[in-house]
Amino acid sequence: MEKVGIVGVGQTIYERRKTDTFAELVFEACTSALADAGIGIQDIDNVVTVSNDFWDGRTISSMAIQDAAGAWEKDVSTVEGDGIFGALYGMMRTLSGSFDTTLIVSHVKGSEGNMNLITNAMFDPIYQRHLGVDATTSAALQARAYMEKTGATEEDFARVSVKNHGNGVNNPFAQIRKKISLEDVLNSRKISEPLKLYDCSPISDGAAAIVLSNEKGLARFKKDPVWILGVGHCSDSYSLGYRDLTFPRALQAAAGKAFASAGIKNPLKELDVAEIADAYSYMELIWYEGFGFAAEGAGADLIRSGATAMDGALPVNPSGGLLSAHPVLVAGLARIVEATLQLRGEAGDRQVKGAKKALAHGINGPCGQSHGVFVLGA
Amino acid sequence: MDVENMYYHGRINVPYKWYVGATGSRFLVGLRDGKEFWGITCPKCGKVYVPPLKTCPECFVPNEEWVRLADTGTVESFTVAHYSNGVSPSDIPYVLGLIKMDGADGSFLHYIGDADPADVKVGMRVKAVFADERTGNIMDIKHFAPVNE
Repeated sequence: MEKVGIVGVGQTIYERRKTDTFAELVFEACTSALADAGIGIQDIDNVVTVSNDFWDGRTISSMAIQDAAGAWEKDVSTVEGDGIFGALYGMMRTLSGSFDTTLIVSHVKGSEGNMNLITNAMFDPIYQRHLGVDATTSAALQARAYMEKTGATEEDFARVSVKNHGNGVNNPFAQIRKKISLEDVLNSRKISEPLKLYDCSPISDGAAAIVLSNEKGLARFKKDPVWILGVGHCSDSYSLGYRDLTFPRALQAAAGKAFASAGIKNPLKELDVAEIADAYSYMELIWYEGFGFAAEGAGADLIRSGATAMDGALPVNPSGGLLSAHPVLVAGLARIVEATLQLRGEAGDRQVKGAKKALAHGINGPCGQSHGVFVLGA
Repeated sequence: MDVENMYYHGRINVPYKWYVGATGSRFLVGLRDGKEFWGITCPKCGKVYVPPLKTCPECFVPNEEWVRLADTGTVESFTVAHYSNGVSPSDIPYVLGLIKMDGADGSFLHYIGDADPADVKVGMRVKAVFADERTGNIMDIKHFAPVNE
C-alpha cells in the first residue's frame, strides 16, 4: 500500500466558553497546521471538515465553516462524528490518487449548547430518547455493568482520573490543569452513580487540524512526516441493550486491523505511547481490554500496576486525555495531533522520551459504539 | 480592539412525526391495549428482541416469529442519576435501568421506581408498572418496580 504521512498538525487551546466563533476556531487550527507543515493553503489539494449539526445548532454545519478552512474553490467533503473518522476519510482521499495533500479540521463549542440534551438526541427516538438517557447516564449504565462483570471498583475508575489529571498539568492545551487525589475523585459530587464529577470529562471548546500527504506530495514539505502505519475502524450495535457494554468487540476488531497492518503483536510492549478516548474514567479500563493491553476483565489490574502511568511500560494519555479537555468531535483528531507531537519529540513537558510508535483512538456514539484506531510511527 | 462580547440566544424547535413501522406498532399496541410485552425472534440465531427489531443486527436477516413475554425481568445494570436534563424526570434522584426481560435477549431501558435508589441492585427482580392512561408509546410503562418472588 502507498504510504500516507502526517506533515502538519495544529490545535487551539481547549477551554470552556472560548471567545472565538466557530469560524475563528477553524481558521486558527488550520493556519497553525499549515504553518507547522511549512506550506500555504495553495499547497492543499482537498479539505475534509468534521462537525455535527446538533452541536453546532444548525443543519449542514460542515458547510458553514468552509471559508475558514480554506476550502473555497477546492474539493471539500465532510464527516459527521468524531475527528478520528475525518482523519480516516482524509487518508482514503489522499490514497485515492485524486489528491496528494489533504487538510482535515474539526471544531466544537460544547459550551454553547447543552451537552445532555444534544447527546440525548443520539438515542432511539421511539423507545429510549423519551426516557431522557444521555451520554452520561448511558455511560453510568456501562460503568456499573463493567463493575459487576469484572470486579473493578469506583476506586479503580478514580485511579484513571488521578493519572490523567496529573498528566494534564503538563499540557498547555488542556482545559483542566489540576492535580487531584483519589479522595478528590471519590468525594466529588455524584452525577450519575457510579460516576462522580471527576469521572466525567469537562465540556470544552476548540478545534484541531492535520495535514496528510501521500509520497508524491511529500516534495512540498521540509520536515520528515510521521507515518500512518495502521488504521482500523469498527462499529457495534446501535441500540443500548443490544450489545455487550462490558466488552468492546468493535474496538477489538478495529485495533486488530490497525495492529496487523502495523505489524504489532504485543501492543503493550511494542507501543511507546497511547492517546485514547477517556470520555469517562472507567472507559479507559474497558478500552485497555479492547486494545489487548490487558486480558478481558483485567483492565483494573493494569491501572493498579502503574503500567500506563508516565513512567510505566506504556504511558496512556500523557496529554491528560479527554478528562482534562473534551472537545467532542475534535477529541479523536486531537489524539492524532498529540501522538504526532510525541513521535517528533515536540510534546514538551508531557513528552514520552524516545517514542517511536504511538496509538491514537477516537469514539463515536453512546458508550463507544464505534471506534477509530491509528497506529503512527516516526 | 476591546469590545463587549455579544451573544445571540437561539433555540431550534422542529416537530417530527416518526412512523414507528409495522413491527414497532405491533409492540406499542400490545402495551397500550393489553399491557402486553411482545418480542420478535430471529429465525437464525433465535434471539428474542424487545423492543422488537425488524431485522436481527447480528444475523442480518428479517425477524419473524412474535412471542408473548412476561412483564417481569432482572436488572442487568442501573444508575442513580442526580440531575435532570429537561427530558429525564425532574424529580431527582431517579433510577434508570437496563432490564433483561424474562424470555428475551438483550436488555430493555426504562426507569426503576417504587424503590429507594439505595436499595436497587443488579440481579434484582422487577415487574412493569403500567400507566393508567396508555397512549401507545414507551411511557405506557410507568417504570419497573421490585418484586418479591
